[in-house]
Amino acid sequence: MNRVDDVLLPELDGPVPATLPRALGLVSLALGVGALAAPRSLARLTGVDDSPGAQEVIPAVGARELVHAVGLLTGRRPAGWAWTRVAGDALDLTLLSRAMADSRGERRRRVALTTAAVAGIAALDTAVAIAAGRARRARARVIRMEIAVTVNRSPAEAYRFWRDMENLPTFMAHLESVRADDLRRSHWVARGPAGRHVEWDAEIIDDQPNRSITWRSLPGTRVANSGRVRFVPAPGDRGTEVRVHLRYAPPAGALGRAVAKLFGEEPEQQVRDDLRRFKQVLEAGEVVRSEGSPNGISVRQQAMQRPAQPLPASRR
Amino acid sequence: MKATAWMGADSVKVIDVPDPTIMNARDAIVKISTTAICGSDLHLYHGYIPAMRRGDILGHEFMGEVVEVGPQVRNLKPGDRVVVPFPIACGHCSSCQRGLYSVCENSNPNAGIAEKVMGHSPAGIFGYSHLLGGYAGGQAEYARVPFADVGPLKVPDDIPDDQAVLLADVFPTGYMGAEMCDIRPGQVIAVWGAGPVGLLAAASARLLGAERVIVIDRFPYRLRLAEEHAGAETINYDEADVLDTLNEMTAGRGPDACIDAVGLEGHHGNAALYAYDRAKQATRTETERPFALREAILACRSGGVVSVVGAYGGVVDKFPMGAFMNRSLIMRTGQCHVQRYTRPLLERIQRGEIDPSFIVSHRLPLRDAPKGYKIFQKKQDDCTKVLLTV
Repeated sequence: MNRVDDVLLPELDGPVPATLPRALGLVSLALGVGALAAPRSLARLTGVDDSPGAQEVIPAVGARELVHAVGLLTGRRPAGWAWTRVAGDALDLTLLSRAMADSRGERRRRVALTTAAVAGIAALDTAVAIAAGRARRARARVIRMEIAVTVNRSPAEAYRFWRDMENLPTFMAHLESVRADDLRRSHWVARGPAGRHVEWDAEIIDDQPNRSITWRSLPGTRVANSGRVRFVPAPGDRGTEVRVHLRYAPPAGALGRAVAKLFGEEPEQQVRDDLRRFKQVLEAGEVVRSEGSPNGISVRQQAMQRPAQPLPASRR
Repeated sequence: MKATAWMGADSVKVIDVPDPTIMNARDAIVKISTTAICGSDLHLYHGYIPAMRRGDILGHEFMGEVVEVGPQVRNLKPGDRVVVPFPIACGHCSSCQRGLYSVCENSNPNAGIAEKVMGHSPAGIFGYSHLLGGYAGGQAEYARVPFADVGPLKVPDDIPDDQAVLLADVFPTGYMGAEMCDIRPGQVIAVWGAGPVGLLAAASARLLGAERVIVIDRFPYRLRLAEEHAGAETINYDEADVLDTLNEMTAGRGPDACIDAVGLEGHHGNAALYAYDRAKQATRTETERPFALREAILACRSGGVVSVVGAYGGVVDKFPMGAFMNRSLIMRTGQCHVQRYTRPLLERIQRGEIDPSFIVSHRLPLRDAPKGYKIFQKKQDDCTKVLLTV
């Protein structure tokens, strides 16, 4: 187990969730077959049996539904086909609104019910299409990195410090806090730009004392991530090679942008700096600070260099 | 407090800034008694070192009295008189443990930037740009000293500031330049540059047993100091061809070791050569004017040592690699690992083997720091070394 890709993240490593799109496919199939086999009954049921053109339109709608069904049930990317259903729903709603204008009494009531049902289905279709698309894009955005630092301490010392997850924010610039809920589970809070926070729960899934720690985010997190840190004795009595493998998928949208900013323009540089501070803490006893970078482990420290003059307390 | 601040190329000012404070548990605050302007401060002054910002406090050679210590500093207490080495070193990384303090792996908080320029980051240095840590310097009334349990050396009362402050940089640097030559009896050592480091390298070479020391410079008053205080022979490169003269002096062998105590802002007797490097430096197609380095390589005897303690910042053009390789030369370099040398050199001063303060030409109050920079830059008034008293 040396590659972090071996760690399964349900959000990223399961199949792109296709259950719902496939279910929609079955609905399309039933509607399509129904509309082609018994257009009259369907017209009565939906209240459009006296609308002009209904006899021609209903089989056409049925044929269209069969196209959705084929795509959703057999297509390689059902997420994309879910959007064709949304388009179909829009068309149906248009047709229904015209039928409604022409109908009276009992029929009008049925058309209204049908319209409500189609609107509900449209909402469901839209939700399914968005969710499926998001999962697919998250997979495309996965960021992987492997970064290492040599620390002049024994593997046992390096392991011990890292294993206490609550120590991580002392050297990881973007972390605000890590709370160990028990020996395996922990709750992470990262500091985002503009006071935003990103939180997730993680669990240790493999723990080899003095050798390696492997963790992953728990299902349901918006920022799926997994990582492994290995503590390898460095050759020539030079301490420990601390080798970190990380994989994470920032979400889309505003949260995704916040996460991207957390890790900076160059996420690898950010992690490299984190590891450098891990080395500082273990070797020198603390994160080294200078007047020119008084924030210590601030994310912006390197970009926002300041004059080296000591800052007044109010600006510190 | 008052502090000397870099205000842009060719501009320094003594300005009011807040007093330094303890930021890390191993810090100490030193009330400065004497500080100095170093030749490498002139590289900052001239704007050749990147990542300086307006308002940065200059100075990496200073000494004074400890006034406050962080909770982890147990070897110093308020009232101790100390001299502070210019490289900031944690004392616990592999480099520090091997005595390579100026490449401490932990003391540069901006190591990520330095790595992009240098491959790996060297140690942080007081008052020497954000590339090297963004630490406030010591040309001020007070300075914060990180890792104070490793660097500062307590100075006995009978050693005057004039001698002790030179242990912060120039004396150990000159000494290391000579030590890297592995001097054996009968050897001839040539030193390029008769500034403070060159003069102390020449004196150290004598101390380490060199048969003859030859100093190369263009200022007669500096060459005179080399003759009088380091027992050196001299070559004025404005008047004589350096390679010919060295060959003649060594009967065709060349010096056994050559020390480059000049660095990136060298001068050359040949106007065309000087113009070439000056133009490339001005257009940033090279960062150095490495005349001394090139000449040292060409002059050195085959199989000899080229010892570089002059400061370089970036990329050298027209490096005579053919001569260097074909003649089995050895190059040894480094910012001085000052922490290694402070105590043994203090002991040499105490035993009367050497008085490094012969290089000091000017003593000015801190408020006159801008004047000190100017006369040192222009070599006015026979200036070799400016001490600032606080």
